[in-house]
Amino acid sequence: MTIDYDAKMPESQEGTEVYNVDPLIVKSTYSIDYIHSYAQDSEFFRALGKRKLMGSKCKKCGYTYATPRSHCMMCGSETEWFQLPNKGRIHTFTTCYFGSEQFLSQTPFHLVMVEFDGVDSLFLGRLIGADTEDLRIGMPVVARFKRLQSFSPTDVYFVPARE
Amino acid sequence: MNTRRLMKHKGRNVYMISGGVTKFAKASPDMDFRLRVKKAFDYALNDINLSLDQIDGSVASYFSDHFQRQLMSGIMVQDYLGLTPKPSKRVEGGGATGGLAFQTGYEEIASGRMDVCAVYGFETMSHVNTWKGNEFIALASDTNFDYPVGGFYTGYYAMMAVRHMHEFGTTVEQMAKVSVKNHGNAMHNPYSQSPMKLTVEDVRKSPMVAYPLTRLDVCTMSDGAAVAILASEEKAFQLCEKPVLVKSIGTGTDTMRLADRPFGKVPLLPNESQSDYKNLKYPGIHSFRAGRMAAKEAYEGAGITDPLEELDVVELHDAYTSSEIQTYEDLGLCKYGEGGAFIDEGKSSLKGKVPVNPSGGLLASGHPVGATGIMQAVFMHWQLQGSIKKHFKNDALQVHNAKTGLIHSHAGTGTYVTVTIMEAV
Repeated sequence: MTIDYDAKMPESQEGTEVYNVDPLIVKSTYSIDYIHSYAQDSEFFRALGKRKLMGSKCKKCGYTYATPRSHCMMCGSETEWFQLPNKGRIHTFTTCYFGSEQFLSQTPFHLVMVEFDGVDSLFLGRLIGADTEDLRIGMPVVARFKRLQSFSPTDVYFVPARE
Repeated sequence: MNTRRLMKHKGRNVYMISGGVTKFAKASPDMDFRLRVKKAFDYALNDINLSLDQIDGSVASYFSDHFQRQLMSGIMVQDYLGLTPKPSKRVEGGGATGGLAFQTGYEEIASGRMDVCAVYGFETMSHVNTWKGNEFIALASDTNFDYPVGGFYTGYYAMMAVRHMHEFGTTVEQMAKVSVKNHGNAMHNPYSQSPMKLTVEDVRKSPMVAYPLTRLDVCTMSDGAAVAILASEEKAFQLCEKPVLVKSIGTGTDTMRLADRPFGKVPLLPNESQSDYKNLKYPGIHSFRAGRMAAKEAYEGAGITDPLEELDVVELHDAYTSSEIQTYEDLGLCKYGEGGAFIDEGKSSLKGKVPVNPSGGLLASGHPVGATGIMQAVFMHWQLQGSIKKHFKNDALQVHNAKTGLIHSHAGTGTYVTVTIMEAV
C-alpha cells in the first residue's frame, strides 16, 4: 500500500489543434485499418489478375449478373461463376469533377455503366481514353486490366473499342 | 411479383399533432445535436402546450455514426430531452431515415403501443469537410463494387440523369428549372438554408459537379434537427386543436447496386395501363422502383386513384434536381417520361396544379439527413393545418385549402423510399 498525496499525472506536449475558442472547436483524428474479406466475392478480384471479368449466372433460373452475387435476386438460388465478354457498350456515363476525399485527387474521371450482350445486369467501371463529348450511350467499350493488381474493382477499366 | 398485399390490420388512426424544426445551416457549432433537437422539440411542445409526461415514447432518426464519431447518439438525445426511461429506438435507412422513422412512429401509435410518440431526427454534418462528408455518404454504396470505383453519390445520380435524358428526352434546362423553383420557394421559408433567386442560366453556369449536374442541381450538407409528435385519435383531439390525419404509409426498396436493377415492367398505378409503357424497360437506372412501390402502397391505403387530381401539395426528396423529375413520375403525378414537361408546364410550381416542395425542398431548405424526412412532415403538418403564416411569419408559401398532402423520403440510389399521405381533418 502506497498512498501518495502529491501524485501528479504526467504532462504531455502533444497539445490539441484549436480552430475556434467560442464555441471551442478542436481537431480530433480517427483512422483505422480494416481486415476486409471479399468472402464469396473473392473469385471476381482474383480473376482480374488473369485478365478475366467474372459474372454470376443463376443455376436455377439462368438470370445473369455482370456484377457478381452468389445468390440470385430473382429466385434466391445459388449462382455460378461465368466469364463475361471483354467487349460491351456504355449504358450510361458521367464525368465527376468533384468526389469523395479519397478520390478527389483523381478528378475529373469518367464513370460508365457497361452492358454486355446476353447479360441481364450491368457493371460499373471507370473509363479512360475519351473526353465527355466523345461519350455516348451505346458506344462500344472494351475492358482492360491493370498489370499490378490492387485487388480493387478498379483493377479493370474500360477504353473505347474499335468498332 | 409486383402485387402488394394491403396491411391485414390497418390498426388505429394516427394523427400528427405538432412539429418543430431548427433553421438548417451548413454549420452551427454553437449547438450540438442534443441541444438542436431540444430546440425543435420544445417548439413542438410549446405549440400545443404539451408536457413531457404526456409523451409515451419516441423514435430516434439519424443516419451516420461517422459524422460525429459518436455511437448511440439516439440515447443521448432521449436523455437530454428528459424522455428516459421511456421506450425508444433508433431507425436508420440512409437518406430515407427520417421517412422511415416517421413511419415507425406511426406504427407505435397504430399498433396501440403508444398514445403519444415523439419522432426526433437530426444530423450534424459540419464536423468534417464537404469532401470527407461525401466519402461518408458514399460508404452507403456497395464497398466491394461501387465505392472504390465511383465513391460519389452525385456521380451515381448523374448517370441516372444521363439515362433519363436518353430514354425520355429530358433536358438539363428542365432540371435547372427545379432548382430555380425550389430555391425561389425557399425565399419565403425562414427555416431554409439556401434561399436564392436564380435563373436557368445561373444553374447551368455554376460549377459542374458530375455531368450533367452542377453545384445548383445538388443539395448541400447541413446541421439540423426536426421533431414530429404523433398521437392516437382520442389523444390527438384532446391535445391539439387542429390535428392532421396520417392517412396511410407506403415503403419500397430496391437493390443496393445500381448495376443490379432489372429491366422489367412498370408496377402500374390505377390511372396507368401497361400499353402506356410498351417499350420501357423498368426500372433500369432511369427510374426509382422503390419510389413507385412506396407510392402504390400509400395510395392503396388512402384510396387514391388519381394522384394529380387528389393531391394538393407534395414535399418530396429532391437531393438532386434530376431526382425531383424522376420522382414526379414514380409518384404518378405524370406518366414515366413526362417529368420534364411537368416542370416545363409549371405544374409543380407554387401556383401550379400540385405545388411540389413549396418549402424549398432539400435543394434549398437543406438536407441534415436524419432530420430531413421529419422536416417534410412538419412543413406538411403546417400546410394542412393552414398554419404556415403562424410558423413562417408570412403566408407566401401557404397552399390554400390544402386537404391532402404527400411526403416522400428517399435513400441511396433509390434503395429505401417512403411515401406517407397526410390529410387535413
